[in-house]
Amino acid sequence: MEQFLQQIINGISLGSIYALIALGYTMVYGIIKLINFAHGDIYMVGAYVGYFCMTFLKLGFLPSLLIAMVFCTLLGVTVEKIAYKPLRDSTRIAVLITAIGASLFIEYGTMFFVKAGVRSYPDMTGLLVKQFRFGDIVLTMQQIIIVITTVLLMILLQFIVKKTKIGKAMRAVSMDKDAARLMGINVDSTISFTFAIGSALAGAAGVLVGIYYNSINPLMGIMPGLKAFVAAVFGGIGIIPGAMIGGYIIGTIEVLVSGYGNSMYRDAVVFAILILILIVRPAGLLGKNTREKV
Amino acid sequence: MLEIKDLHVYYGAIHAIKGISLAVNDGEIVTLIGANGAGKTTTLRTASGLEKPASGTILLDGKDITNTSAQERVRMGISHVPEGRRIFPNLTVLENLELGAYLRKDKDGIARDLKMVYERFPILSDRKKQAAGTLSGGEQQMLAIGRALMSRPKILFLDEPSMGLAPLLVQEIFDIIKDINREGTTILLVEQNASKALQIANHAYVMETGNIVLSGTGAELMQSDEVKKAYLGG
Repeated sequence: MEQFLQQIINGISLGSIYALIALGYTMVYGIIKLINFAHGDIYMVGAYVGYFCMTFLKLGFLPSLLIAMVFCTLLGVTVEKIAYKPLRDSTRIAVLITAIGASLFIEYGTMFFVKAGVRSYPDMTGLLVKQFRFGDIVLTMQQIIIVITTVLLMILLQFIVKKTKIGKAMRAVSMDKDAARLMGINVDSTISFTFAIGSALAGAAGVLVGIYYNSINPLMGIMPGLKAFVAAVFGGIGIIPGAMIGGYIIGTIEVLVSGYGNSMYRDAVVFAILILILIVRPAGLLGKNTREKV
Repeated sequence: MLEIKDLHVYYGAIHAIKGISLAVNDGEIVTLIGANGAGKTTTLRTASGLEKPASGTILLDGKDITNTSAQERVRMGISHVPEGRRIFPNLTVLENLELGAYLRKDKDGIARDLKMVYERFPILSDRKKQAAGTLSGGEQQMLAIGRALMSRPKILFLDEPSMGLAPLLVQEIFDIIKDINREGTTILLVEQNASKALQIANHAYVMETGNIVLSGTGAELMQSDEVKKAYLGG
């Protein structure tokens, strides 16, 4: 039982990170129907920015987190402007291939600047190394910070999407671009804004993973990116609460498989879930199965 | 108010609009009738900035707006109720109406216009918290018109407002259009229901395969043998 609770705690921590990344996938998909394969790499860049802030600028967690989020926002918007916007009226496959290209470009571009090797986040000090023990269960301060940061960002996101004018514009554009234009909504800047928010969340996830797992490398975005994509599909791609739930479920399942089964299988299990959900419920957990309109 | 001169529009290789010219004067109801595929919807979409013309000019109050964005045209007073209503189904009725006033900043004015829309369409007030996709066809059309009025337009484009509605509702929608016009909004109406449209129109144009083949006052066209034969069922 105690081991199980411990696994759940670990799963929720990992799930938070997947959920943050999955939100960006799902929002971008919702608004331009693109699986943004470069999204996992934005997360990687976020981890590096956090690393440089903490290691060389000796900044604390919070300023590093904010700087990483701002940097990733700019990066995400730039990628959208350069790579995706010129293809707005092209076929979806053209944009998808471009996204893979953008992903490789960011990965190897980063490698050029920071070298390919693994780097370690500095040792955490002070509050960040605190641990709480309940019998055999250990709850680390890092885990608490991850969950709190994630939940706060999700509340902020829900507020933006539901209550603000730009949030309404986002929802309108994701439903019907022409109708949104007729309302006077600037569709291009709304799409940019969506990339901005998604990238900021990915940047935050990068820093959180840095303080949690410590080691980072330029290709670290690939696997979590794919898993967050699975999480987004699991919850129902395009649906924001779906991405949150999907992230937590995928994270927990992965940890449970490593803890009880064989950690060699944890990736396989996640992708088996993807296949299963595509067979059983292709619209995802919260999605409605609608027929493609003709 | 609105003037279109020698407009050409292509969809890929298809020459959809072949050099049409038309004018809508202040306070008028002008209608564009014609068969499916004649180019009526394309004309409206180009006038509101959703399509780019290959050549020709569009003037609003004498100003050339041919190269302005759809957003800019909303700001200048064009509001377009598109074919098929195109309400935002997952947003509530109220959110749909609020989006109609997206570019406006005058909170009091918006609140006043919202009240006016609710007075005109009481059913929308009853359903304001409901997802717009759950409304019936007629209610959705009312919502689409209400949403378009929220930008306080000088000129309102209506594309097939009677499409798919029961006959009783069709009459209601046409009465509403007349009302809106009487209160000072100029209207450019695209309709398949030619007889109803001609009845309320000051001026009418008949389109065929991308050209305007006939024009005149509503009453004149109702009497025209060609129009009778082609669009009014004898």
